[in-house]
Amino acid sequence: MKVLLVDDEVELVSAMAERLEFRGVDADWTDNGEAALEMASRTDYAVAVLDMKMPRLSGLDLMERLSSQHPDMKFIFLSGHGSEADFKAGCAAGCNYLIKPIQIDDLIARINQVAG
Amino acid sequence: MSLMEKIRPQFWDTESNGATGKDLFNYHRIWRLAIALLAVVALIPLTVMAFIDYNVTRHSLESENLLRTARTTSNTRRSVAYYLEERTKALEFLAEHEGIEGLHDSDNLTNILASLKTSFGGFVDIGIINDHGQQIAYIGPYDLLGRDYSEQEWFRDSLEHGTYISSVFLGFRDEPHLIVARKVLDARTGQDFVLRATLDTGQFNSMLTSIDLPGGGDAFMVDRNGIIQTPSKQHGTLLTKVDLAIPSYSEKTSVQQVPGNGGTDYTVGYAYIKDTPYIVLVVKDTEELMKPLQTIRMELLWIMLVSIALILVVIVGVATYMVNKIYIADQTRARTLHRMEHTNRMASIGRLAAGVAHEINNPLAIINEKAGLINDLFVYKQEYAHDERLLANIRSIINSVSRCGKITKRLLSFARHIDVEMDSIEFKELANEVVDFLRKEAEYRSIAITMDIPENLPAFVSDRGKLQQIFLNLVNNAFQAMSDGGHLYISAREVTDGKLVFAVQDDGCGIPEADIKRIFDPFFSTKKKSGGTGLGLSITYGLVEELGGTMAVESEVGKGTVFTITMPLKGSKEA
Repeated sequence: MKVLLVDDEVELVSAMAERLEFRGVDADWTDNGEAALEMASRTDYAVAVLDMKMPRLSGLDLMERLSSQHPDMKFIFLSGHGSEADFKAGCAAGCNYLIKPIQIDDLIARINQVAG
Repeated sequence: MSLMEKIRPQFWDTESNGATGKDLFNYHRIWRLAIALLAVVALIPLTVMAFIDYNVTRHSLESENLLRTARTTSNTRRSVAYYLEERTKALEFLAEHEGIEGLHDSDNLTNILASLKTSFGGFVDIGIINDHGQQIAYIGPYDLLGRDYSEQEWFRDSLEHGTYISSVFLGFRDEPHLIVARKVLDARTGQDFVLRATLDTGQFNSMLTSIDLPGGGDAFMVDRNGIIQTPSKQHGTLLTKVDLAIPSYSEKTSVQQVPGNGGTDYTVGYAYIKDTPYIVLVVKDTEELMKPLQTIRMELLWIMLVSIALILVVIVGVATYMVNKIYIADQTRARTLHRMEHTNRMASIGRLAAGVAHEINNPLAIINEKAGLINDLFVYKQEYAHDERLLANIRSIINSVSRCGKITKRLLSFARHIDVEMDSIEFKELANEVVDFLRKEAEYRSIAITMDIPENLPAFVSDRGKLQQIFLNLVNNAFQAMSDGGHLYISAREVTDGKLVFAVQDDGCGIPEADIKRIFDPFFSTKKKSGGTGLGLSITYGLVEELGGTMAVESEVGKGTVFTITMPLKGSKEA
């Protein structure tokens, strides 16, 4: 199972990917939406973990574009922002909405849940 | 409570300086201005009307008095003039009818005097004087036959003018009397005689004394020199000079206000009687005449005073009522403004908190991942030795970050709900959320918190933010009331008719009986000195009402306080 991590904070997303590797999750990461689309066209990812707020392409927009190309892909949203609108939008897409900071084990559990 | 406190309007105790900015007006000034304006508008016309009325009454009374005096004087003059004329005419008739011969006969003259006495009255004697002044015939009680009158003024006057009427004098007989005389020409001899009759003053006097004059009036006669001719009650004895000034001759009756001796004012009517020396005087005491005016003046004064008092009472009442209404309206507006301000501030704080939490969350997430990664490296990679001390430190970092994350998440959830509408709420969850905020303080102050909330409470729809605020305010209040080591007891129950009752109970200082009904008033605070705004409970109360609930309080000084809030399980959407 391959997982795609997209977050504009490189430090965060790289560390997260490495940690997932340790736990046997095959994770790729990038810090922008365009790169993510390109990566998704080359590789088949089961789950995408997206940051809600990113420059240019936001998490929701990215989700729409990814899901149109890869209908089977599942999404988990991450956000440091407690915005009500974001929460509702995230919930609408399957209620996979986590607020930073997160525990790595919670993330893995959630990944397994949506992939399962 | 004294009477003054009962009737004192609410605005009375307001400070006149607008230091707080809450007082938009100076209520005392408005109150005074209203009273002054209303009083001026109402009382000035009243006073002017009363004054005019009084003057009109006085003038009409005065002119009526003058008129009445003039009429009396005129009437009296007419009667006196008639009386004298009658007797002069009688003499004329005698002269014409009898002739000097007939009158010369003393028997005949006796008969004539007797018939004059019975028919006209007032005659005392009658006599004939020849042109030398010798009395040649006389009938009367005195022995005057042969007396010489040639030097007397009246004798010469009679020969000259034909008739003569004397003023009252004492004469030879030392008794007041008057005479009427007329010249008679004896056609046979061509000799002039004077027919003279004496009149007593009794009939004459009674004519004047019988005049009905109210209130100390005096009617009498004087001659042209001012010598009193008939008895006067107040203005001098008979045949002395009168103490009033006599105006110069006029055919008409005149009435004058004359200042008398001793400061009394008199209204005096004068009438000269033509062809006689007499002047009729009708004297009335002006003050006596104006007595009715006193009564009218007192009545007017009473009516005016009572009216003024009544008007003032009504004006003060109305002004107080109105200004009080303005005051209450202003207070309500200030309260509403304050609540809006407060709501706005809460919303700002909420947005700020959300922003801060967000800003912190991202670096926190990085710290979390980095520390996690180090931890993972130690666990999964063999090249890093299993150093338990390092691992423990890293775990402590991760734990701390997790704690920080919990706090920011709670802050976010709290802030997020500030402007949120209706939401489905589990009361237990909400209570935990609120109490978590204060748990640290409770630990420091060793306050024991007991929660008695059943698991099967139904979820209900309400405004989470408002409910949180209500609950937080109550718990905060309880904390402030308690000393260290107190007990806080929070309970919730579902009551039958779709209502949720929850109570926050403390064992703190309690609220005195006198303050209980004021604790929900805005700006009422027992902690003003230590920075209380007096708004907590008032806002709480307002919020409870907004959500359609009710709020009650029970308290005992020294034992504690219970706030009980009843909420409908189904909040209305409009709330």
